[in-house]
Amino acid sequence: MKILVPVKRVIDYNVKPRVKSDGSGVDLANVKMSINPFDEIAVEEAIRIKEAGKATEIVVVSIGPAKAQDVLRSALAMGADRAILVETDADLEPLAVAKILKAIALEVAPDLVILGKQAIDDDSNQTGQMLAALLARPQGTFASKVDIDGGHVVVTREVDGGLETIRLTLPAIVTTDLRLNEPRYASLPNIMKAKKKPLEVRALADCGVDATPRLKVLRVTEPPVRAGGVKVADVDALVAILKEVGVA
Amino acid sequence: MKTLVWVEHENSLVKDATRSTVTAAAKLGEVDLLVAGEGVGSVAEMAALIAGVGKVHIAESPAYGHALAENVAPVIVELMAGYDAFLAPATTTGKNISPRVAALLDVAQISEILSVEGERTFTRPIYAGNAIATVESSDAKLVITVRATAFEKAEIGSAGAAVASFAGPGDVGLSVFVGAEIAKSDRPELTSAKIIVSGGRALKDASTFAATILPLADKLGAAVGASRAAVDAGYVPNDYQVGQTGKIVAPDVYIAIGISGAIQHLAGMKDSGIIVAINKDEDAPIFQVANFGLVADLFTAVPELTAKL
Repeated sequence: MKILVPVKRVIDYNVKPRVKSDGSGVDLANVKMSINPFDEIAVEEAIRIKEAGKATEIVVVSIGPAKAQDVLRSALAMGADRAILVETDADLEPLAVAKILKAIALEVAPDLVILGKQAIDDDSNQTGQMLAALLARPQGTFASKVDIDGGHVVVTREVDGGLETIRLTLPAIVTTDLRLNEPRYASLPNIMKAKKKPLEVRALADCGVDATPRLKVLRVTEPPVRAGGVKVADVDALVAILKEVGVA
Repeated sequence: MKTLVWVEHENSLVKDATRSTVTAAAKLGEVDLLVAGEGVGSVAEMAALIAGVGKVHIAESPAYGHALAENVAPVIVELMAGYDAFLAPATTTGKNISPRVAALLDVAQISEILSVEGERTFTRPIYAGNAIATVESSDAKLVITVRATAFEKAEIGSAGAAVASFAGPGDVGLSVFVGAEIAKSDRPELTSAKIIVSGGRALKDASTFAATILPLADKLGAAVGASRAAVDAGYVPNDYQVGQTGKIVAPDVYIAIGISGAIQHLAGMKDSGIIVAINKDEDAPIFQVANFGLVADLFTAVPELTAKL
């Protein structure tokens, strides 16, 4: 069984984004970039499935600038077998990304595609579901547990009310939630080895997908700033305030 | 514009997020509803009472019982032949189904809108709410998820809208519901509570969390939330998590206890009416958004607060 894991290069989780003063977007110049945290969890899950003897090959794919090779190398160092970069400097929407991934999936023919549930830059939470729709395959979104069971995958999902378990017929699409696993750190020998693993770069134009944006970003602004308040001296002062606002 | 709104329901009740979504849809034009599920006649009757609703489609089948996206998305796609926009609340159900619908219709989805600026123009949060994007769609049909806390709940009227049955394609045979562990609690639900008491990693462990946070929540009639760190550490289940990837809440009063205030947590609660923070670190970022902060050891301050209220 083959597993395909799409990964995205995004602003590092620990960096506070700054809106550009001209309102055209978020300033990414000289900002630390990393693999999207949910995608890192997806890579880890694929590796664990392979280590359990239930998968034979893990292919990672990224769609983005030449620099996205860095996140692919990180995934290879964790344990993925080979990588594909669809190179573009355009800012693609989830629908376009899903169409490109469909083309890759038809070529690689994975039994399972594992993606992060959302990227922490645009927070769209769409690509996995869209890919599942385009491939007419089932989807197990927001997974906190994934079990391969013969021709099926059993997925426990984090939902608003708690947890839900569904069984999907393979091939299927799974998107990861935070508690699915804790990704490993790549060891130095594995980082060295990853440099020799295959990484194929192809142009977006070669995918035969219309990636024209459907949405126009008119402006990007700072959210309304919440004024910091006051510090109170003790619990009695807090009790008085809670009584004043009518909650006690 | 004709809009179709997904009715989120649970235990035969229409969830409040549906009414907020109706408010957003009404800004675009006429509003019809879709109730999908098994044995959901009473849900449809209840939904029909939401003010401003023209018509309620009811799709009843065991195949739609647990809102499996594979079975439900084709129902919506079929109905969308007669509509210009589909809106769902940005709940885990709405987030699961809507992008599947959008892809089948070959349109972009606009996720978690905060406001309707025009017939095709919306605002939405990006970068964990650290920036707000204003986007305009060029698609023939719109697919939108709605952040419920950003819109008032539509009123419940007295005159019921017409209810019409819709079959849809039924079970497409790709997925099966196995089971669910849904937390049962007498406390208010997190996303609709007026008061929330939330705990962080400083609560040490599950029993300390329970012994410290729950008595205060009970005294205030509050819902209980938690930071990601507290959930990851196993103090409370996942459905307590408030934040960018957990629940987005906006109660009248949010009391953050032992929560430092990572941006991912702030993204989930900074639209609350009043924020109160108790933390022993006076430099904790939570104090930058809190209306009232108390720098204190929570293990003495919280029991004292509970006793004095």
